[in-house]
Amino acid sequence: MELLFASAIGVMTAGGLYLVLRQRTFPVFLGISLLTYAVNVFLFGSGRLTTGAPPILSDDASTYTDPLPQALVLTAIVISFGMTAVVVMIGLGAFLGSDDDHVDDQPETGAETPEGRT
Amino acid sequence: MTHWIIAPVVLPAMLAPFIVLAARYHLRIQRTFSVVGVLALIAVAASLAWEVSDGDVILYQLSDWAAPFGIVLVGDRLSTLMVLLTAVLALFVLLYAIGSGWDGRGRHFHALFQFQLMGIMGAFLTGDLFNLFVFFEVLLIASYGLMIHGGGNDRLRAGVQYVLFNLIGSTLFLFALGSIYAETGTLNMADLAQRVAQVSPGETAGIRVAAVLLLLVFAIKAALVPLHFWLPSAYAEAPAPVAALFAIMTKVGAYAIIRVYTLIFPPDLEVTAGLHEVWLLPAALVSLALGMIGVLAARKLDRLIAFSIVGSMGMVMVAISLFTQQSIAASLYYMIHSTLAGAMLFLVADLVRTSRPDLVLAPRSPFAGTALTSALFFVGAIAMAGLPPLSGFLGKLLVLDAAFDTDAMGWIWTVVLLSSLVSILGFARAGSMVFWKSHGISPDPEAKPMPRPTALSYVAPGGLVALLIALTVFAGQVHGYAEDIAAQLFAPEPYVSTVLETPGKLSGPTKEDH
Repeated sequence: MELLFASAIGVMTAGGLYLVLRQRTFPVFLGISLLTYAVNVFLFGSGRLTTGAPPILSDDASTYTDPLPQALVLTAIVISFGMTAVVVMIGLGAFLGSDDDHVDDQPETGAETPEGRT
Repeated sequence: MTHWIIAPVVLPAMLAPFIVLAARYHLRIQRTFSVVGVLALIAVAASLAWEVSDGDVILYQLSDWAAPFGIVLVGDRLSTLMVLLTAVLALFVLLYAIGSGWDGRGRHFHALFQFQLMGIMGAFLTGDLFNLFVFFEVLLIASYGLMIHGGGNDRLRAGVQYVLFNLIGSTLFLFALGSIYAETGTLNMADLAQRVAQVSPGETAGIRVAAVLLLLVFAIKAALVPLHFWLPSAYAEAPAPVAALFAIMTKVGAYAIIRVYTLIFPPDLEVTAGLHEVWLLPAALVSLALGMIGVLAARKLDRLIAFSIVGSMGMVMVAISLFTQQSIAASLYYMIHSTLAGAMLFLVADLVRTSRPDLVLAPRSPFAGTALTSALFFVGAIAMAGLPPLSGFLGKLLVLDAAFDTDAMGWIWTVVLLSSLVSILGFARAGSMVFWKSHGISPDPEAKPMPRPTALSYVAPGGLVALLIALTVFAGQVHGYAEDIAAQLFAPEPYVSTVLETPGKLSGPTKEDH
């Protein structure tokens, strides 16, 4: 299980990193999502892997799994999900407004900016 | 147990939804509540700072759960000072936003503003690393909204970059937290301080990785080169009051570095030996140089100021990376100064933008209110470039003094002095292009007359100038207090014992399952 777990994190992180370095917003968003999946699994593993053990006290349990990482993961999932939704909306707005979905800085327009921003 | 310490978090957290739900369409009510809320924050922050000024540490256990199990808020000299600084800055930013009408260009400025304050205050007060992450996210989410307040394509595009960069930073933060938890089994800062010191020398690989990851995360927040790429566009494109408020956000990163690397990974800890001298100091020097070169190279006023923020953060980080008591005190003094000066410059740039067609550093015909605006810019430029007589000069002097007999003295002195020269050139060029040369150009008779900034929008930068002058006049007292803060940071035992030994639920007699 450890091998599967570790390689899942590794593959998702590698894929996420590759996509994050792309130029257009859509692959970058996918990359961010992959990275957050990877970090969620990673956080889950930070409390050591245990199968079939309860996280809270019970009379007939001999071993327990660490409940804290599960709470952390829950928080992390909620936050990363919300953040991804926000960035998708902002990215969509930027794309619809300027008809261009590159993530990088465009060259400064310099002295000839037509009208100031509002 | 006093409950006041949670007020800086709870008050904005209550106000913001109230503003959204009850006063959604009433700008005047929103403004009233926002200003009253910030004034109350200042009062609370000042009384908290007063309470801990004798060296006490205030602890707040949420739901009365004892420290390593529950979340705690901790107020010591450093955190309450930062809370006070934030509250004061927020007041002036808010006044400017109202005076210039920025808050009316979208519907939720005040609500987002309050959420932003909640996140910043929480980040300063929390005593738990995961809670720090949560408060970072709160302040970031609010900042995403504020950053694109008012709309516009340039702003949205800069917003996408800003959000993406910070999302990657958050992911990195989670990786760091995961490895810290895996190594030590706790995320409470005081508990970590004890457990990291006990890590056996042969098994430090994981904790080393975590320490470096955390430093990277905070360096992203503090816009340290080469992790500064999000800052110039974001700050230049953000609405001016928002950019001015963001001046405190880079300091959140600096605060987190000071807190974590004095408490959890203190400078004499073997695990992280070399991290500051080998990595942080060169990066800080490069930020300082690059920021000031950016000031000279910028083609627009707002970008110029954004780069001066990068440079001044470099200065703060140079002082921090020396990690002596003296240098931390110097960095705190400079941090207060650069927050006020940076915020004020952003507001001045917006005064220019109000009555000038654009912010390009090229001569245009004179605009309304040139005299007063240029005087404010002059003061701000002097403060930011670190010329006498303002506090920037004193701050720089303190940093140079702290670096005096260290190994890196040659490097630090050279870079600081040369970059000061470059920044003076940059600001002088900008000032002469925007204000001075305009006198030689006659106004275009067909151009539409541009509006003049309202009187209230002059109050905010003027007030910040007054604070800068006060910071200069009372430099002795402020620096003395900064030295007290540094002394407290370098003797963390009272902090640790207050956090861990205050009784609450799950402590005391039932501790054997710990």
